[in-house]
Amino acid sequence: MEDGVKKFLYVNRKAPYGTIYALEALEVVLIGAAFDQDVSLAFLDDGVFQLTKGQDTKEIGVKNFSPTFRALGDYEVTKLYVEKESLDERGLTTDDLQEITYEDEDDDWAEKPSIIIVSRSEMADVMAGQDVILSF
Amino acid sequence: MATLHTVNKSPFETQALLSCLGHAKAGDTVLLIEDGVYGAAGGTALTDAVAGLGGAVTLAVLAPDLKARGIDEGRLMDGVKTVDYAGFVELAASHDRTQNWL
Repeated sequence: MEDGVKKFLYVNRKAPYGTIYALEALEVVLIGAAFDQDVSLAFLDDGVFQLTKGQDTKEIGVKNFSPTFRALGDYEVTKLYVEKESLDERGLTTDDLQEITYEDEDDDWAEKPSIIIVSRSEMADVMAGQDVILSF
Repeated sequence: MATLHTVNKSPFETQALLSCLGHAKAGDTVLLIEDGVYGAAGGTALTDAVAGLGGAVTLAVLAPDLKARGIDEGRLMDGVKTVDYAGFVELAASHDRTQNWL
């Protein structure tokens, strides 16, 4: 790791629209992305609901912020860890999640998936490897 | 003397839905709104508990909240009704009281 670069993990555990946590987390990630740190996002518990595809909020009069996740790659936020057990408990599979990709600068701009499915114990390892953890 | 129960919290985060189901009586309707709509999906760790309600209690879900969250109606457990906002009003009017499980 270069000098001054810290590993930041943003932990998302809330569903998208019932509270303001999910939207605020995304705002903080986007602001933080400007500071050239090593950023990862974690989605566990109800946080996995933030990534479902086909969200349509027109009838509840709330901004649909789910397309913003697909822009994270442009901010070099390319590691979105999603916990398998949390998906399973909620009857979800990776097919229920929107496709999020980034272009890998080090590999001739090849388009690669940003979502990384991990087990609960792997998620614990991800958390243990961070310098800073911000929870939402 | 039926009650309309509304639940607005995710069943994976709080016990509100389970507590509501334990207190719903025959003829009552349980309407899942906001983050409560996640409780109506089939194939989850909680589906058996919710399905255990039996036919005497009607389970309904507010469609705009479902749609907002990207949960397709095809995922709902068998027998779950979907209502729009007008349907919500009709449920409130056709029951004797409304109890909100927050």
